Amino acid sequence: MADVRIKALRKRYGTFEAVKGIDLDIPDGEFTVLVGPSGCGKSTLLRTIAGLEEASDGEIAIGGEVVNDMRPRDRDVAMVFQDYALYPHMTVRRNIGFGLRARKLPAAEVENRVATAAAMLGITPLLDRYPRQISGGQRQRVAIGRAIVRSPRIFLFDEPLSNLDAQLRDEMRGEIKRLHTEIATTMIYVTHDQIEAMTLADRIVLMRDGHIEQQGAPLELFDRPATMFVAGFLGSPKMTFLPGRIVRDGEDASVALDGGPRIPLPVGRAGDSADGRRVVLGVRPEHVYRSDSGAPPSGTVRLEAVIDFLQPTGSRTYATFRVGSVPIMAELEAHDVGRHGDTMPLEINLNRASLFDAATERAI
Amino acid sequence: MAATPPVRRGRRRHVPLARILLLGFFLVFVLIPLYWMLNTSLKPSSDYLAIPPVWWPDEPTLIHYEAALFQYRGLEGLINSIIVSSAATVLSALFGTLMAYSLARYNTGGQHLSFWVLSQRFLPPIAIVLPVFLIYRNIGIYDTHIGLILAYTVFTLPVSVWMMYAYFRQMPRSLEEAAQVDGCTRWGAFWSVAVPLAMPGIVAAAVFAFIACWTEFFFALLLTSRYAFTLPTVFRSFIGFQGAQYGEAAALAIVSLGPSIILGVLAQRHLVRGLTMGAVRG
Repeated sequence: MADVRIKALRKRYGTFEAVKGIDLDIPDGEFTVLVGPSGCGKSTLLRTIAGLEEASDGEIAIGGEVVNDMRPRDRDVAMVFQDYALYPHMTVRRNIGFGLRARKLPAAEVENRVATAAAMLGITPLLDRYPRQISGGQRQRVAIGRAIVRSPRIFLFDEPLSNLDAQLRDEMRGEIKRLHTEIATTMIYVTHDQIEAMTLADRIVLMRDGHIEQQGAPLELFDRPATMFVAGFLGSPKMTFLPGRIVRDGEDASVALDGGPRIPLPVGRAGDSADGRRVVLGVRPEHVYRSDSGAPPSGTVRLEAVIDFLQPTGSRTYATFRVGSVPIMAELEAHDVGRHGDTMPLEINLNRASLFDAATERAI
Repeated sequence: MAATPPVRRGRRRHVPLARILLLGFFLVFVLIPLYWMLNTSLKPSSDYLAIPPVWWPDEPTLIHYEAALFQYRGLEGLINSIIVSSAATVLSALFGTLMAYSLARYNTGGQHLSFWVLSQRFLPPIAIVLPVFLIYRNIGIYDTHIGLILAYTVFTLPVSVWMMYAYFRQMPRSLEEAAQVDGCTRWGAFWSVAVPLAMPGIVAAAVFAFIACWTEFFFALLLTSRYAFTLPTVFRSFIGFQGAQYGEAAALAIVSLGPSIILGVLAQRHLVRGLTMGAVRG
């Protein structure tokens, strides 16, 4: 159990800078997910915490102790790798016990702890098999077993589920979440999958080009993205971005969409934006509804839209509409939809919409 | 172990028959010379070139073995060969492993060093034999075990390095990284994870190195004379002005097969294990 403090961390490979000055505090026991597109530096950051990469600059402290010059083995962290990294020449039992034997624990205790960890993960019957004799999901369990058996201060996961098929991934995601509840140790988890990030994290650290774009609780990032990048990265299907400009009318402000209608904003939503400011209105598909008759509730706007195409998924259907020449996506009840070319009244909940400056791409 | 692929009933009898014939032919092709060698080593001198050929001597004799081993000093050659080849093989495997690992993991020497190592093999050995001979004479290691071991280690290293380089390259780094996080030092991760996994490659390279040393003639001839001479150079003395000592040559050839066969049997276990192990991927 320990917290992790990272100060002004940089990692350079020759002239390329993978991590560009990161400050991050991870409290003890928290499940932190580093997420971002590939090449954003998240894996490098994780590997630097593990000690597999040397920091070029800055400081990493685990449990209040600066570990920059410590070897990986002395940092008391455990890591689960994307390719599991099970030792092919050892049985599952020896794989799980490897770290304990490397630390010269008595054989009886190694045996004990391996048995406990195996029971916890339901892999006891596999203990005498070799990694090549078990399935992908089982290998992942063994890799996790090898990590928990040591009771390290910190768990590091480097895209541990990306080699599994979708169903198994859902299952293992649940297990990892359960594991964190049970052992309540600090976990740092790297993924490029925003659903994994949303479901697992106490806190999401969203990275881009070697620095942190935004960090916070999953719903905080989801509901109040600081930038268009965050807004677009989290949520599936993606947020629809509608470019336009601010039209001021005294206290009231609205957005005149390029090639589309004018959308009145809730009071104060536009801040002190001047008339004519280029903005982007961000609308999540789940905040676009099919409109009933009657007056729209406050903060929503009603539009006549034409169905462009539909993507049914079973429980929900993603529908892409056109309002004028502007495409808007909506997530609708599967049976609540018409056909291509139909006109349908839509309501957009503007209380949940985001507004960004078009030039800086930052939230207003 | 791979299961036998299912074979359609109608073809079942024909495939093994063709296979047996082919293998049988190959076996005869390989074994006849060996048989003739054994045969020759056991028959009296008068039967060497007899017509019709003597397929098995009426009274097998061991006199050629005695002559080859003691009179022609074949036993000394055998012992020297074992010393020199084993030592050079061990050194070549040891340094080859370390060097290959360094090249594969740390990209030592940039992109050119690894190829430079291999390029040593492009040089015809005869081009350097004279300088080597002179240097050896000057520093006093001419006609010594150490001199020959040194030369053989250097000659076998490039191939050893390249065989193991390929092995280490295809081994996922994450295995050693996992070991380091688990509690090993860098060296510990190399020793307890990388080396065991590369063992089939190391063994294969060692077998190649041993065979190369065991059969090497040219340098042994020029760098040794009365003390450190190896088995291949002994054969030279069987051909003289008065004719060839076929029986002695055959006897010594049979003796020289021994260590190679023992090595092959020992190494086979590792080589086969290497084929079935491989690294586990997701």
